[in-house]
Amino acid sequence: MKKLESSLLNMTVVLTVISVIAGGLLAYVNGVTEGPIREIKEKALADGIKSVLQANEATVQQIDTIDGGLAIVYKTDKGTAVQAINNSAFGGSIKVLVGFDAEGTILGYSVLEHAETPGLGAKAGEWFQKGAKGDIIGKQPAKNNLTVSKDGGEVDAITASTITSRAFLGAVNDAYKAYVGEAVDANSGATQQVNGNN
Amino acid sequence: MNNIKVLMNGIIKENPTFVLLLGMCPTLGTTSSALNGMSMGLATMFVLICSNLVISLIKNLIPDMVRIPSFIVVIASFVTLLQMLMQAYLPDIYATLGLFIPLIVVNCIILGRAEAFAAKNGPVASIFDGIGMGLGFTIALTLLGAVREILGTGKIFGLTIMPEEYGMLVFVLAPGAFIVLGYLIAIVNKLRNN
Repeated sequence: MKKLESSLLNMTVVLTVISVIAGGLLAYVNGVTEGPIREIKEKALADGIKSVLQANEATVQQIDTIDGGLAIVYKTDKGTAVQAINNSAFGGSIKVLVGFDAEGTILGYSVLEHAETPGLGAKAGEWFQKGAKGDIIGKQPAKNNLTVSKDGGEVDAITASTITSRAFLGAVNDAYKAYVGEAVDANSGATQQVNGNN
Repeated sequence: MNNIKVLMNGIIKENPTFVLLLGMCPTLGTTSSALNGMSMGLATMFVLICSNLVISLIKNLIPDMVRIPSFIVVIASFVTLLQMLMQAYLPDIYATLGLFIPLIVVNCIILGRAEAFAAKNGPVASIFDGIGMGLGFTIALTLLGAVREILGTGKIFGLTIMPEEYGMLVFVLAPGAFIVLGYLIAIVNKLRNN
């Protein structure tokens, strides 16, 4: 078959046809995959809530969205899980899920999304867990000063990743604020950094 | 026989990373570990095979002056398709790879092969070219990622080889990518010349 000529009509028709076919195909696949994707996200969230509350089963009773999605509070029968985001991390923003018991003690945490450097800031998922160097489990943001030791707090920052650690702790403190019902500030890591440098 | 030659061409003689130096952006950006590099390579290979096949099938229907936009639409559709399918049916792999998938659209290897090979050859040869180039890219990225991971963190595919304290952090960061890539290209050139 001979190649089509580059006339205006040919070009317009071919590009339109290709775009329509591509668009139609994507719309169809989107329709097929929409359901499974939503289920997976819901399951991931449910699993996350269970793990940060250290519970095998947890039923979400109430969901509150605070400050237009900066924090989301999931009240369950086993405690409260709060999702908070901080935009001052090294690679952009960091999203964490923190579990609190009725007294406001941190039961557990999980880093949901981040874009930190592998081998450095990406260690945030393990660094602050129970028994690790920057352990925050069992602390109460109301009583303990949850900032890095460089800023006068009582948490050891991840080695060579102070910016990530500040952002992470900023998100944890925001989660606590959302838990007690105060306004949150997703950029608090940056403010602390400025204070720290002065 | 000829198809095998096309296949080997992509892996060795015209290796996209070490010889053609195409697609440097994902190469440098995603190879902080061996697994990341390999995942990026495999995802790219999938898109490369699909887009090569489709473009070689429709090449005579596309007027020359609009071939680039047509190719881009085909490639972008496959990338989006891959992203949605992986998100729905392979959520674990998507969690590791998700960040890199949209980057495939701007990978010049794919457009380069569409333009240089698929637009001039038949569907079967184009599939072989896609497999060869994809494998070449995957091998290069895995190698680069492995070297950076072992020098930077002392691990390979997440397995500890030497204590992390001896790792040189610079290799995990962007400058390390340039250094390792430079040395690997030098080694490959030396081997090719012999």
